[in-house]
Amino acid sequence: MKYLLVEDNLELANAICSRMGLDGHQVDHAAKISDAVDFARMGEYDLILLDIMLPDGDGRSFLEQHRAGKNDTPVIVLTARSQVSDRISMLDLGADDYVTKPFDHAELQARCRAVLRRRTGTAQPTTRVGDVEFDPVGGHLNVKGSTINLRNRELRLLELLMNARGQVFSKQKLVDRLFSYDDDVSENAIEVYVGRLRKHLEGSSVQIRTLRGLGYRLDHDG
Amino acid sequence: MTDEVVVFGSLRNRLAMILTGGAALLAILLFVVVRGYAAQIAQEGQDNILSASVSSILDSAVLRDGAVQLDFPYASLSMLSTPADDRVFYAIYEDSTLLSGYDGLETPPLVPNGERMFTSAQYDNATVRVATASRTLIGADRPRRVSVSVAQTQDALAETLNRISRNVAGFGVGFFALATALAFWGTSTTIGQLSRLTTSVTRRGPQDLSPFLKPVPSEMVPLVGSLNTLMARLEQSLKQSEEFIAEAAHRVRTPLATVRSYAEATLQRVQKQENRDALRSMMRAIDESSRAAGQLLDHAMVTFRAENLEREDIDLDGLLRELVQRMSPVAEMRDVALHLESAGPAIIHGDAVLLQNAFRNLIDNALKYAPIETTITIRIQTTPRISVDVIDQGRGFVPDEMDKLAGRFVRGGDTGDHIGSGLGLTIAQDVAHAHDGTMILSNRSEGGACVTLLF
Repeated sequence: MKYLLVEDNLELANAICSRMGLDGHQVDHAAKISDAVDFARMGEYDLILLDIMLPDGDGRSFLEQHRAGKNDTPVIVLTARSQVSDRISMLDLGADDYVTKPFDHAELQARCRAVLRRRTGTAQPTTRVGDVEFDPVGGHLNVKGSTINLRNRELRLLELLMNARGQVFSKQKLVDRLFSYDDDVSENAIEVYVGRLRKHLEGSSVQIRTLRGLGYRLDHDG
Repeated sequence: MTDEVVVFGSLRNRLAMILTGGAALLAILLFVVVRGYAAQIAQEGQDNILSASVSSILDSAVLRDGAVQLDFPYASLSMLSTPADDRVFYAIYEDSTLLSGYDGLETPPLVPNGERMFTSAQYDNATVRVATASRTLIGADRPRRVSVSVAQTQDALAETLNRISRNVAGFGVGFFALATALAFWGTSTTIGQLSRLTTSVTRRGPQDLSPFLKPVPSEMVPLVGSLNTLMARLEQSLKQSEEFIAEAAHRVRTPLATVRSYAEATLQRVQKQENRDALRSMMRAIDESSRAAGQLLDHAMVTFRAENLEREDIDLDGLLRELVQRMSPVAEMRDVALHLESAGPAIIHGDAVLLQNAFRNLIDNALKYAPIETTITIRIQTTPRISVDVIDQGRGFVPDEMDKLAGRFVRGGDTGDHIGSGLGLTIAQDVAHAHDGTMILSNRSEGGACVTLLF
């Protein structure tokens, strides 16, 4: 996925970029509205993350320009405000959703996914490994012609493993990525999700291997 | 919010008092003047006849053989007959000797020749009008002075005056009544302008601070001008404080977001358990503070708006559908499903922002306590009353605590590690109360908590 992040706080922008990079997304960063307008015109983005208070104006004016230019790239607003009426006015201006700072990265990802899923008109990029086709936005898995709907955590686990094929993930790392830090889960919970994915992938060329004492790895034959 | 205004008199009453008082005074004045004038004219009429009578008697006086002779015509007295049968008296003197007539009729001692003198006097137990004139007859030996007085009672005159008085009094009362009616009408229309201004200012929503632009009478222009200036200043200061709060929130929350994002990214990399625990505590502290700040703001807003509800017809079905869609990404993260159970539109007259806030807090709460891979049901019912249940499949409330949980900053004893400020249920309850509704907490027999807002 290719994101455009419009945020004037460099520290936060760096933090978001590096966190998104961990999930295998590409992020371009603009610190001003004028830069953001140029970026949005030049590049093809899947999604725009927009801060509301920027040095050269209000993020809302970017939204207006953005929508006036018939650009239908979805926009998620990052706002420090929490007043409902303010949020509603941003949705009226054409934002697709908003997250309140400070945000949970998993929530941001979930909202991005939901927004992208709602935009059904555009063809969603799918990942193909062997005879398995995976649509991370729609949450579908296509194994030998039959479509399986994945639960959110199954989906995120599979996305992680697929984006870094051949790489080994420890149980702890997977817990960190799939659960919020205050979810009361043990590392054994991962085994449940791995078990489910294995069931979904049964009979395909893709397998999730257990490396004793190390973790899990996604392999495919051929 | 309405402080007691000290009432000092009433403009309407004061105006009406002045106007009716003035009308009464004018009516009395009218009565007095008209009656006085009528009396004067009537008196002049009587005086003229009396004078003619006196003249005709005096003209008949001749000096014959050294003696004064009067042979006055009958008409001299009959001309004085009136419908009221007024009595007529006369007295003729030669110098100071009564020649003929009624003795004791009071006459002025000296009236210059050719002049008439009119006096009012008492005679025979009645008020009479007396006209007197005299004439000097030149005799051979000496001049003789003949004085003639004719008097008439005033019954006819009094009757005429009474009739006029009655008419004038009736006219005066009518004038007063008309003036009073006009005064009240005038006062009402004048005060009506003020009332209309008041109504149109009162009818505005609490957010409407736009200037008053309808045409007003010129006398009210300064008042409306000051009102508009006040509203402009109020809007300006509200805007400033709103901007300040937004700016302050931005300044505080952006660095918090930075810290949180770094902490999250770092947590993915570090292996050592104590470092991981430290990072977790850090993120928890950040979440706690931002959540508390958010709910405090929400609570402040609910408290403020609850006193100034912006009511409109709201379809709870549509409102909750939107809210569920908005919250489902967060629910999905935990593999919790949000299920809306509704039989169609459920219209209530209420404040959309408040209602949305209340339900968001309830669903937020349910999401926090719902176990993974369960369903949260939001059920809208329209009979017998409109109600919304938010039902989870979690542990439910601790029975002993249920009646205390809606209090401010009260958190259940079984909240464990969940982050919360203890304001969510307070907000929901305040919103329910602001809409004349109630909030009911219950545990489901099949397990799980249920919060009901009943409108």
